[in-house]
Amino acid sequence: MKTEDWVSLLAAGVEPIDAKRTARRQLLAIIVGLLGALALTGGILRLNPALSHAVMEPMFWVREAYCAALALLGFAAVARLARPGIRLGFVPAGIGTVVLVMWIFAAAVLLTAPAQNRSHLFFGTTAGVCPFLIAMVAGPLLISFLWVLRDLAPTRLRLAGAAAGFAAGSLGALVYSLHCPELAAPFFGTWYLLGMLIPTSLGAWLGPRLVRW
Amino acid sequence: MKEERLRSLLIRGLAGDAAAYRNFLSELTVHLRSFLRRRLARLPEEVEDLVQELLLSIHNQRHTYDRAQPLTAWVQAIARYKLIDLLRRRSRTNGLHDPLDDDHDLFAAADGHAAEARYDLAKLLQQLPDRQRLPIQYVKIEGSSVADAAKRTGMSESAVKVGIHRGLKALAARIRSIA
Repeated sequence: MKTEDWVSLLAAGVEPIDAKRTARRQLLAIIVGLLGALALTGGILRLNPALSHAVMEPMFWVREAYCAALALLGFAAVARLARPGIRLGFVPAGIGTVVLVMWIFAAAVLLTAPAQNRSHLFFGTTAGVCPFLIAMVAGPLLISFLWVLRDLAPTRLRLAGAAAGFAAGSLGALVYSLHCPELAAPFFGTWYLLGMLIPTSLGAWLGPRLVRW
Repeated sequence: MKEERLRSLLIRGLAGDAAAYRNFLSELTVHLRSFLRRRLARLPEEVEDLVQELLLSIHNQRHTYDRAQPLTAWVQAIARYKLIDLLRRRSRTNGLHDPLDDDHDLFAAADGHAAEARYDLAKLLQQLPDRQRLPIQYVKIEGSSVADAAKRTGMSESAVKVGIHRGLKALAARIRSIA
């Protein structure tokens, strides 16, 4: 076929593009993924029985803000990497800043605590399972964020997949925190972050396999 | 300015103005061709195939253009992605067809010939399933309205639109898997 004829074919009877379609699909992906993550947390893990007391603690809200900030940045990365020619901009520096601030805070908590408490502040009682449970809760979110990427046109597939995994991991951690009893900054500065990095690596592996176009 | 002109044509196209959209694709073709000629100096016979594949990609992904974004950045990112994809596919097939025997030229020639035939978009379109092929045939090639195509195929209007959309996406996937 001649290129000229091909152009005519592509342009013939072209339908208007709904400018809000992408935003609607992204919202749908977040809602469906969140429902999946909530179902896993509430159904398999059970909510923290002491949740009503925990919400009175300032540290509860520090933890939630930490996860929520990373989730927002992660999703901003997904939305940017999903469109050709849009740069990541402030996102990597934003993620770096949030993590660094949390580590400085965690270090301060450890240094000012009595020596015999430090191990507990760092390991809590659930360090061994926490990253894996966060990765599990993030599963439905990772699927729905990869679905968002497949509908759009990322040109850096590995990075876009990693961003989908990081967004899923951090939003998953936020949901998981409804189950998790740990409120020490050294704990979630470390084990939550590790939990987020599991779906991030998985996403980086899946990106080039699932989102080619 | 060229960027401004192309951008306004595309934005009108995204709003459903087929004539503006046709001009956009047609003016863009010239730039894509020279972009690819410069980068595919060793594979001149691939240029026109990739121009057509790029036009299809740009069409299929046109909903990812952000109206606030420079058009050049968007088109270049797509062109670069597709170019790298093509070179990767090439190096894979060349790896398979790299035996050190005397028949090498013979195989290479036959391969080039097949590639030409495989790249014929009209033929590839014929291989799509009916629910995609017929809407494309009626609306995109014969110029019928969606309503007419719906009547002729017995499909609903939205099924016709979905058929066109999915058909063109399937076409891109097919080009990718055989090239």
